[in-house]
Amino acid sequence: MQQTQTHAADWIIILPVIATLMGAALLLMLRDVKRWQAVLGMLVVLGVLISDVVLFFRVLQGGPVSMTMGHWLPPFGISFTADAMGAGFALVAALVTLIVLVYAQMDRAGSDDRDGFYPLVLLLLAGVSGSFLTGDLFNLYVWFEVMLIASFGLLVLGGSGAEIDGAVKYGFLNFLATSFFLAALGLLYGLVGTLNMADIAVSAAKANPAALASVAALFLLAFGMKAAAFPVNAWLPASYHTPPAAISALFGSLLTKVGVYAMLRTLIVLLPSAHQFLASAIAAIAILTLILAPMGAIAETNLRRAIGFLVIGGIGAVIAGLALTSVQGLAGSIMYVLHAMLSLTGLYLVAGLVEKVTGETDTRLMGGVYAANSLLSVLFLILVLAISGVPPFLGFWPKLLLLSAGADFSGIVSRGGVIDVSALALVVALLLNALLTLIAGTRLWAHIFWRAGPEGALSERPNEKLRPLTPRENGFGMVAASALVVVVVVAGLWPNLLFEAAHVAASDLINPQRYVAAVGLGGTP
Amino acid sequence: METALAVLVGLFVSVAIYLLLSRALIRMLLGLVILGNGVNLLIFTAGRLASATPPIVPAGLSAPAGPTANPLPQALILTAIVIGFAMFAFLLVLAMQAYRTLGAERSDQLRLAEPEPPPQPPLSY
Repeated sequence: MQQTQTHAADWIIILPVIATLMGAALLLMLRDVKRWQAVLGMLVVLGVLISDVVLFFRVLQGGPVSMTMGHWLPPFGISFTADAMGAGFALVAALVTLIVLVYAQMDRAGSDDRDGFYPLVLLLLAGVSGSFLTGDLFNLYVWFEVMLIASFGLLVLGGSGAEIDGAVKYGFLNFLATSFFLAALGLLYGLVGTLNMADIAVSAAKANPAALASVAALFLLAFGMKAAAFPVNAWLPASYHTPPAAISALFGSLLTKVGVYAMLRTLIVLLPSAHQFLASAIAAIAILTLILAPMGAIAETNLRRAIGFLVIGGIGAVIAGLALTSVQGLAGSIMYVLHAMLSLTGLYLVAGLVEKVTGETDTRLMGGVYAANSLLSVLFLILVLAISGVPPFLGFWPKLLLLSAGADFSGIVSRGGVIDVSALALVVALLLNALLTLIAGTRLWAHIFWRAGPEGALSERPNEKLRPLTPRENGFGMVAASALVVVVVVAGLWPNLLFEAAHVAASDLINPQRYVAAVGLGGTP
Repeated sequence: METALAVLVGLFVSVAIYLLLSRALIRMLLGLVILGNGVNLLIFTAGRLASATPPIVPAGLSAPAGPTANPLPQALILTAIVIGFAMFAFLLVLAMQAYRTLGAERSDQLRLAEPEPPPQPPLSY
């Protein structure tokens, strides 16, 4: 039992949340001082990034860290508990937010900074960091809602018809998903009598397994909706392309990843026995998401809607790791989330620049951008290869882990073993997903960059509707997008740190003793 | 008592699902509110209805004397009500704005972000 006051160094766990909430409040108070909004916003996110880096390396070396609020002993107080998975995700989320804030400067020259863009981005980051670092299930619900209300604000900030149209679909379905989450956690509380995640992990073994399985199914539905897994994914391609590219990029990288994070946390750490009941359902969801999402991307004509389908395909790969519950499979899932946060944000940022150059959102009307801006075409191609999983780019390594976990489970490697059909189907689906994603991405590249002009243009003359980027678009947009692509390439060429972190995180998921002990509950019977 | 409340939760949820399956935005919104209330009632019931005594520790003791009501579900519900109300207010304004700017009062009239019929996929390459 934890008897002493929280050590001062442990306050770093809640620093990302406190800094973003305080920063948002400060920026709201200073809303008339327009010059400071962007600078202060970026400084706060930089501070969050630094504290996330410190927290991440501390967790990686010393195991999970926990603090409990307000002199209440766990499990009664609200705990914040950081393990390698949560701290790693929070770190990448802060990095992505910082890059997106720099990128957004290219559009914000003429706009009024009193519109609340910076406070809303900080609140979004608060919700996302809080979700990744909290150790209490009800607290997770609260951070989901913080994130949701901030994303509502960002989605309708422009006020155009399409944004309101997308926000209605996004808002209704996500509110519905959080209601399901609330119902599931209410039922879980009724079964185990606690909401502290470490305490649930200890006491869920004693509860009625059949009742826990239905609670787990409700969690799967709720977080599946948040993550846009296959049968409940319709809201994502309906809404993510409507706001400006910078906001699309933030949503695409952060929101769905919180859904899969919550899925990993609840189904693997909290309810491992119920997970076995759902294994075949999870595998089916993963296979369908993996195959159908890139097909949607192939059929789509709107550039950022097509990228939205690629986001969904990535969710399928993460859920595949959830179905292959070994250290290797879960490490693949965790690494895939880190990869998808970086690469898909990059793709949205590059897509925003493509829309600037061509003045269109429809790929049928684009063409010839390679001649006008070759750097942009290189960035796009690198990201497409990274997302499809072509070595040596970042997407290859998590898929390698997932495939080798799938091969282990299916029994095709070990001789004389029984063949597991669902694991074999997962392996095939992962490979098909890589092929279909490559087709979708290279077709986009061919349509936007390679062919001379828009669809139906017969001449080989260069597309005259293209315009060069302005100095501001080059200085902020292009630099931010290139910086992110450099991060993707470097992380792909030297993936050792990511491998190590993913393995530590995955073994803490499967054997949560260190997580439970960090909260101070391990010794109690 | 728990059985009666469980039946009531089921009733709330079925009414909510019926309303959510409608295409009128206002009906769907009412469905979400009723679902939220059903879920709050569910948390209340899941926290056990043991006693109606307020959970107050008398002076000089370190634990309440005798059985008391469980205060935690009430705290959870209070938080959920506040959050749900804020969400409801936002979505209500959003539906109002959708009606004003797009003339849409039904979800199938919202066709700006997703054109209907969908455009032909690109056929080259």
